[in-house]
Amino acid sequence: MPWRLLRFALSNKHPEPRMFTRHDSLKPAYDVVIIGGGGHGLAAAYYLARDHGITNVCVLEKGYLGGGNTGRNTTIIRSNYLTPEGVKFYDESVRLWQDLAQDFDLNLFYSNRGHFTLAHTDAALRTSRWRAEVNKHFGIESEVVGPEAVKKAAPMIDLSCGGHAPILGALYHAPGAVARHDAVAWGYGRGADMRGVEIHQRTEVLGIDVVGGKVTGVRTNRGNISTGKVLCAVAGSTPRVLDMVGIRSPIYVHPLQAMVSEPVKPWLDPILVSGSLHVYISQSARGELIMGASLDPYEVQSTRSTFDFPEGLSAHMLDMFPFLSNVKVMRQWAGMADMTPDFAPIMGRTPVEGFYLDGGWGTWGFKATPVCGKTMSYTVANDRNHDLITGFTLDRFRNFELTGEKGAASVGH
Amino acid sequence: MTCPVNGPRAISEFAYGGEIRPMPDPTTCSDDAWADYIFNRNGSPGVKREWWCHTPSNTWFVAERDTARDVVLRTYLYAEES
Repeated sequence: MPWRLLRFALSNKHPEPRMFTRHDSLKPAYDVVIIGGGGHGLAAAYYLARDHGITNVCVLEKGYLGGGNTGRNTTIIRSNYLTPEGVKFYDESVRLWQDLAQDFDLNLFYSNRGHFTLAHTDAALRTSRWRAEVNKHFGIESEVVGPEAVKKAAPMIDLSCGGHAPILGALYHAPGAVARHDAVAWGYGRGADMRGVEIHQRTEVLGIDVVGGKVTGVRTNRGNISTGKVLCAVAGSTPRVLDMVGIRSPIYVHPLQAMVSEPVKPWLDPILVSGSLHVYISQSARGELIMGASLDPYEVQSTRSTFDFPEGLSAHMLDMFPFLSNVKVMRQWAGMADMTPDFAPIMGRTPVEGFYLDGGWGTWGFKATPVCGKTMSYTVANDRNHDLITGFTLDRFRNFELTGEKGAASVGH
Repeated sequence: MTCPVNGPRAISEFAYGGEIRPMPDPTTCSDDAWADYIFNRNGSPGVKREWWCHTPSNTWFVAERDTARDVVLRTYLYAEES
């Protein structure tokens, strides 16, 4: 028996430190309050402490760490977007991802797989070419490939998709990857915790005090805090928090559902996405197939699941991979996606001084976790929008200057 | 969901048309008011009055729905508004 384990057995106290420090009560004041203990909020806390030396920070989480969309996404990381703003932003994120595990000293199971966006129609192929050219211009590996390349990478695929949606080609993005999403939240959380950031779970924000257009404090179910800076990173709850400070936004919330199959032997290396069939699929290290589809078609602010979802998604899965007909679905779940009209996020300063927003991340937020943390920590520390996020500000709607990313949403939501 | 004309039908027969919102007059309102109308939404949960369409019969009607629980409280034709 290893010595470390024996020490555990003989000691009354745990000799190993816990993942996070427990704080019994909130302090009366912090320099920065971050609402939302998901990947984005914890990453911002981590970079505030590490890069900007601001450690008098608390992260408030209503539930548990990473229990929102951080733990509900399908873990895909890519940067093959459509607009220059989007491409530059996500590319920086992919670069940050690659050495995050060393940064944290924690295995993120970052696995580079390659990412195919399948095109079943001429229109989809045209968008693929457009995306490939924009990507190449910014030095990102992206190219249009023929059906034979898809067949080679995923030999089990039926290229005719049951005869009604033949694959004409695909946008291939070699840096496409998957990672273990819980570990991302834990890694950022632990890194922030070690540097003095307080993480308070099961702490719900009930109100935000604004005096003369400036943030002065936050009211929670565990007491009031005075602070001059609040960062809101709460995904599907964004409209509720914005109501507390009286900001109107274009965000609307629809559930996004996903499911996994029972574990099977490794047979699928790349990540496949089909816009026409509304499917994205990858195989996890455990062997489960992780599958997602398009948004639910109407507004709901809860994480309920429906039966139509696995039914419809399974039908499309069988079009692509008929041999899966005997594989069982193991579980399904949903997340609340905070959608925007142009499929780009809303980030940066807001009309309320000291209130910073990192929202509108809809169905595409996980892959951006590191770069959101970096850019939002910069924005909060300097009270100035980081250069990479100037295309994503809230006032782009008032000025009719949208950042159209719809063409690059992984499936045609 | 219950269509006011065709009675209870499967939810897959219905299309969602968004919350009912008054449109400002585009010829007289300010750019800000127009941008607010076309982009901004009330994204918080609550009981909302929404447009829905029963697609096989193309019947547009109003539904009062609790968007936090996804429960339809009442449906009626726009003309029958009470």
